[in-house]
Amino acid sequence: MNLKNKWPKYYKKDVVTHYCPGCGHGIAHRIVAEVLEELDVGDRAICVNPAGCAVLAYRYFDIDMLESAHGRGTAMATGIKRARPDLFVFSYQGDGDLSAIGTAETIHSANRGEHISVIFINNAVYGMTGGQMAPTTLVGQKTTTSPSGRNPDYEGYPLHITDVVASFPGVVYAERVAVDTPAGIRKTKKAVTNAFRCQIDGIGYSIVEILSPCPTNWKMNTIESYKWVTEEMTKEFPLGVLTDKREKKK
Amino acid sequence: MNKIFISGNHTFGEAAIRAGCKCYFGYPITPQNELGEYMADRLRKSGGIFVQSESETAAINMVVGASAAGARVMTSSSSPGISLKQEGISFLAGFELPAVIINVMRGGPGLGNIAPAQGDYFQATRGGGHGDYRTPVLAPASVQEIADLTIVAFEIADKYRTPVMLISDGMMGQMKEPVIFPEHVKDLPQKEWALSGRGKGKSRYLASLILDPLEMERHNWKLVRKYKEIEKNEVRHEEYMMEDAEIAVIAYGTTARIAKGAIKRVRSEGIKAGLIRPITLWPFPSRALKDISERIKKFIVFEMSTGQMLEDVQLALAGKASVSFHGRPGGVIPTPAEFARYIYRENQKENKCL
Repeated sequence: MNLKNKWPKYYKKDVVTHYCPGCGHGIAHRIVAEVLEELDVGDRAICVNPAGCAVLAYRYFDIDMLESAHGRGTAMATGIKRARPDLFVFSYQGDGDLSAIGTAETIHSANRGEHISVIFINNAVYGMTGGQMAPTTLVGQKTTTSPSGRNPDYEGYPLHITDVVASFPGVVYAERVAVDTPAGIRKTKKAVTNAFRCQIDGIGYSIVEILSPCPTNWKMNTIESYKWVTEEMTKEFPLGVLTDKREKKK
Repeated sequence: MNKIFISGNHTFGEAAIRAGCKCYFGYPITPQNELGEYMADRLRKSGGIFVQSESETAAINMVVGASAAGARVMTSSSSPGISLKQEGISFLAGFELPAVIINVMRGGPGLGNIAPAQGDYFQATRGGGHGDYRTPVLAPASVQEIADLTIVAFEIADKYRTPVMLISDGMMGQMKEPVIFPEHVKDLPQKEWALSGRGKGKSRYLASLILDPLEMERHNWKLVRKYKEIEKNEVRHEEYMMEDAEIAVIAYGTTARIAKGAIKRVRSEGIKAGLIRPITLWPFPSRALKDISERIKKFIVFEMSTGQMLEDVQLALAGKASVSFHGRPGGVIPTPAEFARYIYRENQKENKCL
């Protein structure tokens, strides 16, 4: 077994992370950086990063980056990709960004079948602002704005936006994965690879929803938070391929 | 190029294509729909990109993306839609990205109506969106000038890396006039700063989030230095019958045309009125007004609003001349006869005081 530590080409060296201990963003970042290198698209890639915890993602990704206004990532990505179809364009967004304030942009970029890829980090809370309720917050989950737990009668139910867009003809590939276990991390990498390939092959829109732990805002230690992804989040958000129209589109 | 008979809204589109506009993103709203429709047909046929967005907000953010990728890009809307675009305009200003935004103004506030108005002057000239920035604003007063200034707008946008707004109203947009279009712009500026993938070089990023207050302050002052350059180089105005004028009318766009008619009328009655027409609303031709106030002591501001440019005139004159105001907001188009009567009355008041 070759355990040689290989640093991804498109991941900056010697930077101190701003993410909290145990956060899933670091894992997702590394996976994206590795896939960019393996598919050899990093040199022509532009990442649109969100408002939210990943607003500082340009500190880590060693590719061209454009910060987006809150929720507007896929609109900006649309603008870049339409102006420069030769570039590899993907957005990296959280659940507040993508499925609350950016719902319209998410749905319509997907429905137009824009040739972009979307990395969607779902941690069931607003992270950067301090743990408020997100559209993806689980029923009963306590947050700073649902202090007695999310009550569907009052706050509604968790929004499954990836399932919504998966039903669109223009969405070629949609998969929900989790970075909760080593197996989950390997599956996540495969999903990101499949999604990015859709754009390289010029067949349409792809999205990967990554369930990711937020120990700080969940008020858990790291181990508890990873278990909570496995045991609680996946019950509400079952893992798996939500749509795969690659064969039809080729 | 022959003279053609064409509407203001179509002219914005044709001139943009000739200016090398590669992408247009927009959402339908009256009274500027013909512009989006023109781009859907002509821009695409000329090899460009037209996308009808799901909202004004999405449109302006598509503009941000295309601009960051180096394309000449434009969007258009009317008053309520421009309010929605302000988020993206603030980001364009912060990122220092060029773009052209057209506002074919209508009555307001709220949905208001679809008749011509000039109620968005404050919004356009004060920045409009959040944060400490300015947007150059051009105000054409004829369809020919729409053609000429649309090209100027793209040039200013690229030269200073800033969003530029073209402001007109439902009348300018719907009206047809003969136009001679300039030739297609051949050499577009190189944009080394545009994001195009890192290639073999260093990666770059565009971010408007600057958490360190001192660094944010530096960025704010940097923008101010740029705005000072724009104030120095880009102020435009027209003077009409000002040589012997004793009363100066200040009006832009549609009201400037109406004012010209009124001035001709009052001159036939022996009242020496003239017009100063700001072509750039920001930067405002304050210097020209100040100079003219050395010899003219009576200024009349005329707007299709309740008095917005009025404040810029008052600031420019700094109490050195009297300023009165005639306005018709809400989509009412004043007539030359009406405004002539106003000038006539103001002139009488002046004579009584003497």
